[in-house]
Amino acid sequence: MTTTETPDTLRRILDYSSRADPYPLYAELRKTPVARQEDGSYVISTYREITDILHDPHLSSDIRNLSHPTAGAEEQTTPAFINLDPPEHDRLRRMAMRHFGPPHTPGLVTGMEPALSSIVGGLIDDFAGKEQIDLVDDFAYPFPVTVICHLLGVPREDEPRFHLWVNDIIDSIDYNPKTDPKEKLDNGIQARKDLRQYIGGLVEQRHGRPGDDLLSRLANDDGPDGRMTDEEIVATANLLLIAGHETTVNLITNGMLTLLRHPQVLQRLREQPDLVVPLTEELLRYEPPVHIIPWRAAYSDITVADTVIPKGSQIMLMLASGSRDPNRFHDPDRFDPDRRDNQHLGFGSGIHLCFGGPLARRETQIALTELVRRVDRPRLVADPPQYRRSPVLRGPIHLHIEQNGN
Amino acid sequence: MTSAENLQAFKREGRIVVVGASLAGLRAAEALRGAGFTGSLTMIGDEMGEPYDRPPLSKQVLTGWVPAENTKLPRRREIDAQWLLGVPASGLDLAGNHVRLADGREVPFDRVLISTGVRARPWFVESEAALDGVFVVRTREHAEALRRALAAGPSRVLVIGAGFTGSEIASVCREREIPVTVAELAPAPLVGALGAMIGDVAADMQRAHGVDLRCGVKVTRLEGDAQGRLRRAHFDDGSTIDTDVAVVALGGIRNTEWLQGSGLAAGVWGIACDTGCRALDLNGLITDDVFVAGDVARCPNPIYEYRLISLEHWANAVEQAEVAAHNMVSGQADRWPHLSIPLFWSIQFGVNIKSVGVPTFADEVVVTQGSVPDRRFVAAYGYRGRVTAAVSFNNAKWLDHYRQLIETAAPFPPPCPTPDQPADMKPVPVDFPGPTLLAQGATVVVTGHDPSERRVTAAHQHR
Repeated sequence: MTTTETPDTLRRILDYSSRADPYPLYAELRKTPVARQEDGSYVISTYREITDILHDPHLSSDIRNLSHPTAGAEEQTTPAFINLDPPEHDRLRRMAMRHFGPPHTPGLVTGMEPALSSIVGGLIDDFAGKEQIDLVDDFAYPFPVTVICHLLGVPREDEPRFHLWVNDIIDSIDYNPKTDPKEKLDNGIQARKDLRQYIGGLVEQRHGRPGDDLLSRLANDDGPDGRMTDEEIVATANLLLIAGHETTVNLITNGMLTLLRHPQVLQRLREQPDLVVPLTEELLRYEPPVHIIPWRAAYSDITVADTVIPKGSQIMLMLASGSRDPNRFHDPDRFDPDRRDNQHLGFGSGIHLCFGGPLARRETQIALTELVRRVDRPRLVADPPQYRRSPVLRGPIHLHIEQNGN
Repeated sequence: MTSAENLQAFKREGRIVVVGASLAGLRAAEALRGAGFTGSLTMIGDEMGEPYDRPPLSKQVLTGWVPAENTKLPRRREIDAQWLLGVPASGLDLAGNHVRLADGREVPFDRVLISTGVRARPWFVESEAALDGVFVVRTREHAEALRRALAAGPSRVLVIGAGFTGSEIASVCREREIPVTVAELAPAPLVGALGAMIGDVAADMQRAHGVDLRCGVKVTRLEGDAQGRLRRAHFDDGSTIDTDVAVVALGGIRNTEWLQGSGLAAGVWGIACDTGCRALDLNGLITDDVFVAGDVARCPNPIYEYRLISLEHWANAVEQAEVAAHNMVSGQADRWPHLSIPLFWSIQFGVNIKSVGVPTFADEVVVTQGSVPDRRFVAAYGYRGRVTAAVSFNNAKWLDHYRQLIETAAPFPPPCPTPDQPADMKPVPVDFPGPTLLAQGATVVVTGHDPSERRVTAAHQHR
């Protein structure tokens, strides 16, 4: 029997006091791979069960298939493909991928490499003369934001405006009606509205003006699936802007934090920059930016590890716990950049596998290589650092580092 | 000495010979070294050059996107082997423990792995097969020669056989806007592997892309001109087409002739083995020191009633090689069975086709997800009420789920609705063509009367 009620473990994981090190709690959670909660939802925490369910066609990403819709579900807007099922999901994702990756746009990410290196170089140049830097504010945040703005065709100077909206949206993802003020949810709803309006304005300007950025291409190009409607473009662009904002920041910051905690690995990376490729994969397993898929809906009755999850149930997937499952990974709590067979859940799995994964990988690889190459004798000022609120998108809010000379 | 000490001594200084230096042979060699085998390792291969990957040969190489010489298989680790390349093995002496090479050399071994694979089935009339413009596609040289012929802009290509290789080649021709005729004896393309329903989808797909698809016909003669160049093809319905390139895609022949007289259960169907990849001898007894992997192996699969199944699949070659290698250097108690569910993929006419399980082990098929007219769907195969296989067209990411259904003998048709499901989910008969190959005659005969003297002997003359 795998189902018992362990509401306490989940509550402790979601509690902010566990943010710096949720991993022992994940180990506790994994004792019950499929755990039914008091509210009828299910938490899945083991590697095999998470991958099984991410490949299960009886699972839905569409909020309308939950018997008890989550908070904020009443919004009447076109969902982004992350919240849709096939065939709509496949169609929209395919139309977006047409301009972002293979087979139609195979060289986009590699073509951006010179730009990525130059942004990284410029940000590190600005460290000069500073004894202390905040890796988040001075580097890990501005880098991916500049990249995603450039890619989408969103003016970089508007960043202070949408930064606030994105923050409110992210906050509302973790909304818990029992503990959070309703204001948090309302702010999220308002911020979504504002961001949609803002992006909608940009899309309008793009019509009839084909350019190289993703917004212009989406607004002007016809593929075999036709053209996206403006609402679909706005939903897609919102998704990419938010995801481009919030995940790579954490991956880079978690990466540097992990390297500073493993000085011998940091030294190896400095000596052999090629190590960054497997190292980034290990990072995605060991300290991933996305810890939880907050919900999926059971479209039919689903059996997972002998537990029947009834139709309409909400399912929470603990990705970061799955990637530390000792039944799948040898010595999972060890950071090992030489690890073989490292099929982590850092980008999820199945049809919703992270759309921006290839870009995030390259950004992180370039960022970490240059940081260890150019920052002289970096030291952590405080360990653990202060973390952001979210247990879903987990990462430090600031990471203060001291450097010597320059 | 205990058997554990024997095993340690063998791992330290034993002699392993791998016959067949392609995908399975290379992966096995890597796995042997990975498992700590430090003895001598000899790789025997009839082709010159290092092992290369075959799937791109009928796809990216023919379009010119990947040069044939860029298909070298990546190395996972150093294998520190002695390579005997460019000369085929000609015999296996199990009493004297050595492999004979065609040039007369003898290579001694303590354990041997056979991974000699298959070769292309040539056109049945030798003089016609030799015409300039008649091709097969199995090796890098074949693919490079055909690529050059396609690049020269032939007026029409004839593809003989609409299995996966033939269909992929037809797809490449259309991609390059070369007129192409496909001739298939069965009622539709891919029908032998995937049944009539998917065959119909494949036929529609070919015709929609401008292929001149002719099913239920046989090519009877390839006609050349005075210079020995292919000019025309004749069909058994009396029709002819003018063509300057013909690709013979009639499957493969297993490379087992060199094992005649070795005492192994080797024949046109491959080399029979147990799930531990240990070869069977003619009597069906398991050998101790002879292992088999890859296209040439014929291995029982418990999921499919322990039927002996041989597969020409990339993933099967890799997985079998790893199991064989492990078992070659492990004690009795630590042996692994090769139990993986077969997996296969193809790309043709812009569609990614992928299958899991054994579709021919089925009596019914049903579309479970997506839409057939849009050519993005999953079809599940069932045998007497359980799921035995699945095939996806542009929907491959779901197949892990179907693999699990096969492994757990889930009921067929799958009962639960999914978000993207056709309204009418009616299973239809799977409908494969008859077992023509099986009826081609016996390969062995049994002799003797008492249990102690009953033996099997080879009867190769029956072919």
